[in-house]
Amino acid sequence: MTFLKIEGLKKNFQIVHLNQTIHAVQQLDFSMEQGEFVGITGKSGSGKSTILKSIYRTYLPEAGRIYFDSEKYGWLDLQKASEREIIYLRKYEIGYVSQFLNVMPRTTARQLVEQSVLATGRSLIEAQKEAEKVLSHFELDRKLWDTYPNTFSGGEKLRVNIAIAAVKKPRLLLLDEPTASLDQQSKQKVKEVIQKLKESGTTLLGVFHDIEFMDELCDHIFEMSQQSFKRAGAAL
Amino acid sequence: MHDEPILKIQRLEKVFGRGCSHCQHEDTRQLEKNFCPYCGTVYACRNISFELFPGEILGIVGESGSGKSTLMQCLYFDETATGGEMFINHEDFKGKNIFALSNQQKRNVRNHILGMVYQNPTKGLKMNFSSIGNIAEKLIAAGNRHVGEMERVGMELLDKVHIPLFRMKEEPKRFSGGMQQRVQIAKALSNYPPILFLDEVTTGLDLSVQASVLDLIKTIQREMGISMIVVSHDLAVIRMLADRTMVMLNGEVIEAGLTDQVLEDPQDAYTQQLVYSLL
Repeated sequence: MTFLKIEGLKKNFQIVHLNQTIHAVQQLDFSMEQGEFVGITGKSGSGKSTILKSIYRTYLPEAGRIYFDSEKYGWLDLQKASEREIIYLRKYEIGYVSQFLNVMPRTTARQLVEQSVLATGRSLIEAQKEAEKVLSHFELDRKLWDTYPNTFSGGEKLRVNIAIAAVKKPRLLLLDEPTASLDQQSKQKVKEVIQKLKESGTTLLGVFHDIEFMDELCDHIFEMSQQSFKRAGAAL
Repeated sequence: MHDEPILKIQRLEKVFGRGCSHCQHEDTRQLEKNFCPYCGTVYACRNISFELFPGEILGIVGESGSGKSTLMQCLYFDETATGGEMFINHEDFKGKNIFALSNQQKRNVRNHILGMVYQNPTKGLKMNFSSIGNIAEKLIAAGNRHVGEMERVGMELLDKVHIPLFRMKEEPKRFSGGMQQRVQIAKALSNYPPILFLDEVTTGLDLSVQASVLDLIKTIQREMGISMIVVSHDLAVIRMLADRTMVMLNGEVIEAGLTDQVLEDPQDAYTQQLVYSLL
């Protein structure tokens, strides 16, 4: 069954006082099934992240529809959904991981993950249990659990970032270049983390630069070119 | 998730001055910013409508003079709104326009349903009273008469905002700015208000104290489920705290949306300038 479907997505950025328009995505169609891992690749500035941010409603597209199979709301156009519905979906159904960790200052990795669970209205005991589980699942060094992530390396930050999103068990997880700026070893770790997410049944849509990485993990790969998908091919 | 707003504001207006034939009609008025050049009337808040949902933090950003604080003062009845309606989802006030209530009833709303933290602690605190006495003042206003109980609540709250209890009998004037701000938050929380207004609470605090106040606000939201309106010109603070954000300019709301959308894909020319000014 179709899980996410994009029809005719178009997004330009108008910078009013410079009187300029930046063309990001034009006429994009796309759909994916539940449980799939779909990768998007393409040159910098080709509009890959714009797709993810439009799904997450960080960006407001000019035209097009983005249908999502929500557990609570059913088949829903994310562009027409109310802000309250989007806030609910972000809390329970759609996660977003970027390469940057932007969190409350002076909060430990453990607390960050716990708070992510608490925000969904579950008890502190549950949150503590879930946080421990997900942090060890993603193999973050135990010594780091009770320290502040701004001292972490890129790969460690990223794993905290994924843990914060994954602990809520979202139906759809958007990955925005999570492996950019990581060394080979950290990349390998992140790959394992993503592999584990996929095995647990999470539907994943990710933007990557690393073709090899994608070939190993993705069910389908799309390449962005001229603000739309050039080819759609199935990876092995 | 609750879908009934706890607070609903419709077409709120605050005008300082009488207005003249040039500015009285909304459609034909020509203002310089929010100011009528003919009669000097200031239109501080114009046509402001929004909803606040239970447990939600709503951010308001805008430059100095955009009407943010005036809006908050109208909501807390420090200023009388000159137009518009305010509804609170509370059994005693269902369907009633709060702005139209008597002053006594408004005090009642303020004492039981609302809390306010001002940018300037001297506005929210009696600087010569003890800290615990400041909290007791709010509790008495809310109808408490039991001294032992009030002291218990006061101590619990001061502890929550990390004021050492051995200093609870000291006057806030002897505290640092950050401590004063935290006493003010404790005072505002003392009647367990379902709605809390925070007006530039971290402005002027150093980064370390700012972090602890932000953490406190988040903790309060999470543990007590309080709905808040946070006014700040610091976009980083708004990004950290608010789910949704309104941008004000010259007394009007020019843009509103999910916080990350307003900050990353601003639609209005002014909001774009504001966001592109971020260091």
